[in-house]
Amino acid sequence: MTLPYAPIGKPGSSVANKTGGWRIFIPVFNAELCNGCGTCETFCPEGIVHKIEGGDTFIADYDYCKGCGICARECPKDAITMELEEK
Amino acid sequence: MTGKLKSGRMVVEGSYAVAHAAAMCRPDVISAYPITPQTHIVEDLSQFVADGAIDSKYINVESEFSALSALVGSSAAGARTYSATTSQGLALMHEVLFNAAGMRLPIVMTIVNRSMSAPINIWNDHQDSVAERDTGWIQLYIEDAQELVDTTVQAYLIGEDPDVSLPVMVCMDGFILSHVFEPVELLDQEKVDEFLPQFSPVRALDPENPESFGMFVDPEYYMDFRYLVEQAMDASRQKIADAARKFESAFGRYYGGLIDTYHTDGAEIILVAMGSLVGTLRDVVDDLREKGVSVGLLKIRAFRPFPIDEILKVVARAKVVVVLDKNISLGTGEGAVTTEIKAGLYDSGSDIRVPVMGFVVGLGGRDIPVGTVQRIVAKAKTVAESGVSGRSEFVDLKHLRV
Repeated sequence: MTLPYAPIGKPGSSVANKTGGWRIFIPVFNAELCNGCGTCETFCPEGIVHKIEGGDTFIADYDYCKGCGICARECPKDAITMELEEK
Repeated sequence: MTGKLKSGRMVVEGSYAVAHAAAMCRPDVISAYPITPQTHIVEDLSQFVADGAIDSKYINVESEFSALSALVGSSAAGARTYSATTSQGLALMHEVLFNAAGMRLPIVMTIVNRSMSAPINIWNDHQDSVAERDTGWIQLYIEDAQELVDTTVQAYLIGEDPDVSLPVMVCMDGFILSHVFEPVELLDQEKVDEFLPQFSPVRALDPENPESFGMFVDPEYYMDFRYLVEQAMDASRQKIADAARKFESAFGRYYGGLIDTYHTDGAEIILVAMGSLVGTLRDVVDDLREKGVSVGLLKIRAFRPFPIDEILKVVARAKVVVVLDKNISLGTGEGAVTTEIKAGLYDSGSDIRVPVMGFVVGLGGRDIPVGTVQRIVAKAKTVAESGVSGRSEFVDLKHLRV
């Protein structure tokens, strides 16, 4: 492959870098305990926690979740637990 | 609107000379933050803009970091750009310097060389720009105001060459060149336009075809991009030499390409220096040669890329090389030029075994009088005979004993 003379690329190409691979602990969302308050979505520094399709509870996009654990820490219902991820 | 600035031979301040030269290059965007001893350059340029004498956009900023960042954006958008700074201001640009070079943006910036704090000091040495030698900027050092004018124009030609596409620092000695009035031939707009084609960037930001400059690159690619910058630096060697010759054809003045030499043929002692000190050394060489001393002078015009092949050719048959460094790489005991010439000699694969003497001189504006150079040459004579040189030394310490 030949490189361009400078690091220039198409915009939006950083989504190709699936940073979920950096994760050690994975947030597991318990829909039974979730009250749909959205605190996890608000606090996620990556902006990748979102409402599940057609529902009122939340889930992370695991392609980009780095496993920082802020959502689990902030959840007022303790509905998110960080579990060691087997790879 | 250009043409309102007078051209032709007149007595002007060095700062005005470089401001005028930069204006003649028709920069689309100028951004700078005033700092002694660079201030007069950007005052003059902002006056040109305010008077409508040039069409450039002058972006006022709150720091040098922002000044260079503004130019990174402007240059990426395809604008010809200019800035000037010195010392602490250049240090504040440090991380942006890497970005400008890594993104291959041919910004031209005048460095009005000044010492680094602490202790705070506004006078001349080369520490500020020498400390930025690994950032990927071409560095040209200047002997007098006329060379400054002429090299500023050459700098755009070199940096904007598609094979190079790198930023260029044109380094002038603070106060010694910036605040001294000299007779200078100020360039004519039409002749500069003929010499310097319009900036045609290899790639430029375009809203119709969005691209991202300086993007994230993982270990798979990073090292290869760094190698590309080194390749571009290497390509700039010929372009620097070519630009100097092309300028000579157009304007009749020549200062050497990567280096210049003065009475080096057959010289036993070869002095090496950068910047305005070279002017003093020319007089010393004249004087000593009249007294029968076999001494010559090598001026390093391009410190980046480092012209080691050209230097080796000149010093191959000398008995001693004497390097006067206006900088100190603390912890090595010597200046950067000394270190790099020594390294180049060892790496040359030839049998050149000439001793190299390093002298740290003129830090923070300390004068380098003719007598000091004569004493250095006297020491060099003994080394020329013995073939053995000692460690580098600080010259003319006043309040400490060495």
